[in-house]
Amino acid sequence: MESRIRVLFLIVPMFAFGLSGCAATKNLFGFGKEETPPPAQIIDGQVIEPEVARREIKEPKIDTEDFELGAFIGVLSIEDFGSSAVYGARLAYHVTEGFFVEGSVGQTEAGFTSFEILSGGAPLLSDSERKLTYYNLNVGYNILPGESFIGEGRAYNSALYVSAGLGSTRFAGDDRFTVNFGAGYRFLLTDSVTLHVDFRDHLFDIDLLGEEKTAHNLEGSLGLTVFF
Amino acid sequence: MVLVLTRIFTSEIAQAAEDEYRSVSVADPYLEMHTGPGKGYPVFHVVDRGEEIDILMRRTDWFQVRTGNGTEGWVDRAQMERTLVPTGSSIEFAEADQEDFTYSRWELGGLAGDFGGANIVSIYGAYSLNPNVSIEVWGSQILGNFSNGWMASVNVTHETWPDYRISPFFTLGSGVIHTEPKPTIVQGEDRTDQIAHVGGGLRFYATRRFILRAEFKSYVTFTSRDDNEEVEEWKVGFAFFF
Repeated sequence: MESRIRVLFLIVPMFAFGLSGCAATKNLFGFGKEETPPPAQIIDGQVIEPEVARREIKEPKIDTEDFELGAFIGVLSIEDFGSSAVYGARLAYHVTEGFFVEGSVGQTEAGFTSFEILSGGAPLLSDSERKLTYYNLNVGYNILPGESFIGEGRAYNSALYVSAGLGSTRFAGDDRFTVNFGAGYRFLLTDSVTLHVDFRDHLFDIDLLGEEKTAHNLEGSLGLTVFF
Repeated sequence: MVLVLTRIFTSEIAQAAEDEYRSVSVADPYLEMHTGPGKGYPVFHVVDRGEEIDILMRRTDWFQVRTGNGTEGWVDRAQMERTLVPTGSSIEFAEADQEDFTYSRWELGGLAGDFGGANIVSIYGAYSLNPNVSIEVWGSQILGNFSNGWMASVNVTHETWPDYRISPFFTLGSGVIHTEPKPTIVQGEDRTDQIAHVGGGLRFYATRRFILRAEFKSYVTFTSRDDNEEVEEWKVGFAFFF
């Protein structure tokens, strides 16, 4: 009797355990009710890190346009030799929004001095000596940046700049150390194409007409450059 | 028909071009767009946080960007560095700094000054073997009162403290000098002589890729006459590294 009661006592907890134990496995076979897990406790300030797959992105290089290359045409007044058409090329590198460095080359043909025309004698210079070529290396600074307005609906970026530098001029059979300085107006037709109006004084020493003197050679030019 | 074709064609090009731009989103409360690439150009538009912008191009430290509705303007680098790329990380721009000044390989520059009373204009290219030692090739034009000429030389420079912002260097080299006396003033023949030089100077890191350079060199010209000529040279100028 005692042992039967003991067996009964064993069977009851076994059933109870068995049923509850099966609760964990019964959903394995798709039977029974889906049990919702207890709601997770939300702690204030908890950081949730979502697992998001990284997107593969090909990062294109940014087009850097600091160089400016172009050509110019204008008038160079060679002291004592009249004014003549000058043409040349220009390359600039913009270091900061203010500073730039530039190199230019230019070429022109000198005219005749008043003396040569009036005396009617032999010319002072041969044809090859009359050809003037120059190069220079300049440092410049953009002053007064701003916008220029044409009509009601168009605005173009523009800036005034000053620049000065050194170089050499080949004229009258000699290479002459040349200092130049000037100012110009840069007008951006688009973000890359620029119109320049530039005025410049080229100074070099010349002793062709007897005494040595510093010649001022003024140049005005119109240029077109492209940023790249 | 032609119009339609060109429209399709141009729109395709525009599409292809659009795909190439790098796109970032604004992380700051706002992003200021200037009308031009400089502080002096006025701010005309503001982009809100979270908006996407395309970077069209860069000029010095300014970036031309386009917003979703097509507004184009210029943003400075300091603000661009606080935008986010689509992966969520902040954008980095390849920017030359003082470390590149020390470790860059190539350098190109132009200097001018005084060469024994004559004017001299020079350009040079340099290649660094290591941060301390580099090889330089020089070409110079000499413009004097009595003679003109040119000079070509190769030299080795040594920088003792290449990581300093103002970095001193010593140099040793050799080359040739060609002299043409001015026929109107002095009688003489053109001649080409060998030269050797020692010198020293300073390289000063200015900004971005820009270096200022000043140097002194003492030249010895090995003439065919009995005595050698000595010339002293002072020069200042600027250079870039890349």
